[in-house]
Amino acid sequence: MNKNNEDFSNCPLPIDSSSFITLAHGGGGKLTHQLIEKLFRPAFNNSELETQHDGAVINIPSEKLALTTDSYVVRPLIFPGGNIGSLAVNGTVNDLAMCGAQPLYLTAAFILEEGLPMELLWTIVQAMKRSADHAGVKIITGDTKVVDKGKGDGIFINTSGVGVIEHSLKIHPKSIQPGDVVLLSGDIGRHGIAIMAAREGLGFQDQVESDCAAVSHLVQNLINAGIEIHCMRDLTRGGLATALIEMAQTSAVSINIIESEIPVREDVKGACEILGLDPFYVANEGRFVVFVKADHAKYAMEVMRKDELGSQASIIGTVMEAPKETVILKTQIGTSRILDMLSGEQLPRIC
Amino acid sequence: MKYVDEYRNSKEAELFANAIRKSTTRPWTLMEICGGQTHSIAKYSLQDLLPETISLLHGPGCPVCVTPINLIDKAVHIAAQPNVIFCSFGDMLRVPGSKENLLTVKSKGGDLRIVYSPLDALKIAQDNPQKEVVFFAIGFETTAPANAMAIYKAKLDDINNISFLVSQVIVPPAIRSILGSSENRVQGFLAAGHVCTVMGYQEYEPISQQYRIPIVVTGFEPLDILQGIYLCVKQLEEGRAEVENQYSRSVRKEGNLSAQKIIQEVFQIVARHWRGIGEIAQSGLGLREAYAQFDAENKFPHEVHSQERSTECISGLVLQGIKKPNECQAFGKSCTPESPLGATMVSTEGACAAYYRYQSV
Amino acid sequence: MRIGQVGFGGISKEINLAYVPEAKVGNYVIVHVGFAISILNEEEAHRVFETLHELNAMDNPDLS
Repeated sequence: MNKNNEDFSNCPLPIDSSSFITLAHGGGGKLTHQLIEKLFRPAFNNSELETQHDGAVINIPSEKLALTTDSYVVRPLIFPGGNIGSLAVNGTVNDLAMCGAQPLYLTAAFILEEGLPMELLWTIVQAMKRSADHAGVKIITGDTKVVDKGKGDGIFINTSGVGVIEHSLKIHPKSIQPGDVVLLSGDIGRHGIAIMAAREGLGFQDQVESDCAAVSHLVQNLINAGIEIHCMRDLTRGGLATALIEMAQTSAVSINIIESEIPVREDVKGACEILGLDPFYVANEGRFVVFVKADHAKYAMEVMRKDELGSQASIIGTVMEAPKETVILKTQIGTSRILDMLSGEQLPRIC
Repeated sequence: MKYVDEYRNSKEAELFANAIRKSTTRPWTLMEICGGQTHSIAKYSLQDLLPETISLLHGPGCPVCVTPINLIDKAVHIAAQPNVIFCSFGDMLRVPGSKENLLTVKSKGGDLRIVYSPLDALKIAQDNPQKEVVFFAIGFETTAPANAMAIYKAKLDDINNISFLVSQVIVPPAIRSILGSSENRVQGFLAAGHVCTVMGYQEYEPISQQYRIPIVVTGFEPLDILQGIYLCVKQLEEGRAEVENQYSRSVRKEGNLSAQKIIQEVFQIVARHWRGIGEIAQSGLGLREAYAQFDAENKFPHEVHSQERSTECISGLVLQGIKKPNECQAFGKSCTPESPLGATMVSTEGACAAYYRYQSV
Repeated sequence: MRIGQVGFGGISKEINLAYVPEAKVGNYVIVHVGFAISILNEEEAHRVFETLHELNAMDNPDLS
């Protein structure tokens, strides 16, 4: 799944000899129009966009909807395993999936910095389209603004998403019960390391690829298999530890996890050793934890493992009644300690 | 990872814990010198494997913690200069100065870069000839060879737009200072494996003899530390006081001679101020005259009047093993990693931050 | 200055070998801030386990 190496069709722009975004592209005039008509519309290409209306009008085949929004800023814009475009689609799709929703539609708003190369924008937009197709969602309305050079980080993207909920599960932290089993969908820490390596010029010879991916189909598989899901959370900034701590706090339970059951790839482990980082706190963009009824756990793991994205899914712990609002880690050497939330970004240690 | 994972094994940790329990007949107080060891002890909750009679105190070996506040203030001043690229190891950024820390300078637009090695700073200087690059050369003997090499290379290759804000300290004088204190409680030391990898452990023999105290050169993995404790307790129980080498897979008695040679070439022994402890004679390294042109304190002369912000903070006592982090009034209340009062709450090698972050159940 | 590729589990990085002039391909080294500071002595590396097994044998003579 190396998204960077796929062939991109040629960028349909430059238009009017401009190979960079200029303020005029956000001015609402001819260049704005061209940008939309020649770049965004052909890229996202769907019937809802074709109506060329002020907004998208959609039919929703369900009574219960999930709605979410997220803004994406990342440096570098393109990183091993993805770019800001795939991140902006997958992130919002995953947020919907975590509500137990089947994601259907996204909106996309772009804040472009003057001087952004048109080719780069095309690459990003193509990645959005590909990720949207893969996740089975359509990007049906959007917006573009351009800010002065120096006032943005190349490109910021906001995506909002709508999904439908077609089951009767109550997926919420409050549904977590003592006795529930916690599953993790795959290995952790890849996105954070990929970004850090690309950003800080750490000189790693091997590329760690981000895990950036949509997990919605994994979730749908679980729902379709009849698994009694109590709660889910995707692991983003702050990593596995932060996600679990937040959930233990919201649901007032104790979550006990076992370090040796948590998959971390050897390259991520190595990078963490070099940099003095703890993979439990490193960011992910295509992983989630799911809390299920105890006797559904093994089957849930099998269901997840059938899909490539969930091939390393594992049972990592259980929910207990006390101590409340606490995550307890059983370490590799058999001792236990409390997992605590980090203050801010992890900074590499000296030794 | 080979030679790492096998030292983090629960079965063998339990065997060592048993051996320690069996050989302990009375209370003993040990100190691990190095912040890396403190971090491991907290991260793996090693104290839980030990009998209650064994008490671990955490030593001053956290380079970030002992860097004096006036140097942090100087760093903040230099990093705020318009033409400067200031390079530092990551965990220095949050250490509080009198008014600000380096992260504040960054948020105000200062060009601050986290580097992995001093050589990265050298490369940044070569790539930015129109800028002045300053590297915050902190550390113990372990980091000294890297810092020395960067300075040596700068001179050799005539890279004149780099300078070094040096805060290099050395372990043996700190051990003597702890042992010489009337408040000392330490009965045995786990010496720092990587410091001794560079310097060897001959220097520790007279200390062990003079103060009749066991010193075990110890590694950083859980099994290393448990074995270090075991060896230390065994000496104490048998009434011995020797220097032993637990970390023999890395440490030779004479240390790394080629590293020592470059350290000698670039640095000389000077008095250094340790944050929270005070000045210790002959406890640090300073640039030799021949390298004075690379001294950031010469290049950016600036008087700072530093003052610790809190009187509540007992980090100095923690660093000397007189108090434990949780004996501090401020611990976890007015002092947390989000708003640290003292440097020991900043780096995860600092005892307070390690205690805060890795709480036992 | 001699530079070498050092693998850390699944990832490798250029490391300065100035302080381990005798290092050969295949050696394990201890690395600190970009410099190898020693070549790991593999024989000694097993000592920690030998000590442990001796201890264990003393405690459980039946099993040894």
